Amino acid sequence: MTRNNVWVAGLAVPVMIAMLLLFAGSPSVTANDQPSAANAEVKIDNFVFGPQTLTVPVGATVTWTNKDDIPHTSVSTDGVFKSKVLDTDEKFSYTFTKAGEYSYYCTIHPKMTGKVVVQ
Amino acid sequence: MPDKKQDLIDQKLQDLNNDGVDRRGFLKCMAWAGTGLVWTLSGGIPMSRAFAKDHDQSATKGGDFTFVQISDSHIGFNKPANPDVTATLQTAINKINAMPHTPDFIIHTGDLSQLSKPSEFDTLDQVLKGASAKDIHFVPGEHDMLSDNGEQFLQRYGKGTKGTGWSSFDHKGVHFVGLVNVANLKAGGMGSLGHEQLEWLEDDLKGRSASTPIVLYAHIPLWTIYPDWGWGTDDSEQALSYVKRFGSVTVLNGHIHQIMQKVEGKVSFHTAMSTAFPQPAPGTAASAGPMKVPADQLQRVLGITDVNYLVSGRSLAVVDSPLGDSGSSASGNGGGPGGS
Repeated sequence: MTRNNVWVAGLAVPVMIAMLLLFAGSPSVTANDQPSAANAEVKIDNFVFGPQTLTVPVGATVTWTNKDDIPHTSVSTDGVFKSKVLDTDEKFSYTFTKAGEYSYYCTIHPKMTGKVVVQ
Repeated sequence: MPDKKQDLIDQKLQDLNNDGVDRRGFLKCMAWAGTGLVWTLSGGIPMSRAFAKDHDQSATKGGDFTFVQISDSHIGFNKPANPDVTATLQTAINKINAMPHTPDFIIHTGDLSQLSKPSEFDTLDQVLKGASAKDIHFVPGEHDMLSDNGEQFLQRYGKGTKGTGWSSFDHKGVHFVGLVNVANLKAGGMGSLGHEQLEWLEDDLKGRSASTPIVLYAHIPLWTIYPDWGWGTDDSEQALSYVKRFGSVTVLNGHIHQIMQKVEGKVSFHTAMSTAFPQPAPGTAASAGPMKVPADQLQRVLGITDVNYLVSGRSLAVVDSPLGDSGSSASGNGGGPGGS
């Protein structure tokens, strides 16, 4: 049983890699793969979102990391995204699929605000 | 000897605030303002002795009482500023239990927990069970309503309260109102009471005699201390307009983990120390995050607040006591914070 699984996994991985390479090289897939190089980070440090305004292309995934000793959240003011409570070093990611300006804040410390500009 | 002790505390506080305002001088200022409210620190200053004399005279009248405010226990916090907040809460409870008279009740002004976890609330309950005063009133801090809009807090600590946990009660002629200013906070804002709660407050105070002493308590200060850090409540003015006609109003808050006081007319504002960790004086650090102090100093910047009500002058005396009075109180020491 165990052996069998190992064998399947052993076969599956090269197949997946091959498929990924295939798709990456294919000109027909353009909508989703292009911005993958543009993923961005927001660090929460000393009760500040940094950078306060972040500009990313459509499709980018933004990851917030809490570097404080105190929990924070990252919640869109328009209800577009909402993190769980992030304790020290915890992360939250959201992928922006539409252009626009997304204001957000920490619901625990509402003085903490930030913005993601997606273009 | 008490003076020596007091000097140490004064010095510590002055160091923390670093604002050049001597605490004793400040207290004298307040006395001069003639508010009828006397603040002091454990160990005694001239004002408190004068107050003690009044206390003796009125003792026969009955009706005087003491209650204790504790705040910001942050059970679950385990960072270097205090790796054992349960132990320091226990020290606070021991201190309450050692008071010569059992206080009539305890008020906890919020941030019971660090992350609103059931296990954190359980630990808090366990420690509070050992308190001599069995009647405990709670208002939530923002840390107590993290993931469920305060549902759990309400279930555990908000029986009989309204809305997000506000309520009022009378005790020996004093009217107490617990307010919630940590719910539904808006981006860019500070603490908020909200329309519904304000309407309730106005109604609650309506028809009460202006000579009734009023105590308002809430987590975030009901006066603006430092907007940059959100240390204030956006609609507190509205709430305070309802208490203006009363002869004695005492406002007790937590949230900022340090003692701050202000008198405005007949309203006396006071914030309590935390039982968990200190926070920096406004603007003295990059942020309001936990402040690391040397391990042997920690218990000097944590504490409890006991409030004495004297029928004779319808006055309340707010007494702040650090957990470690003279550095000799080793029980419940947090095990040595790893701070600088």
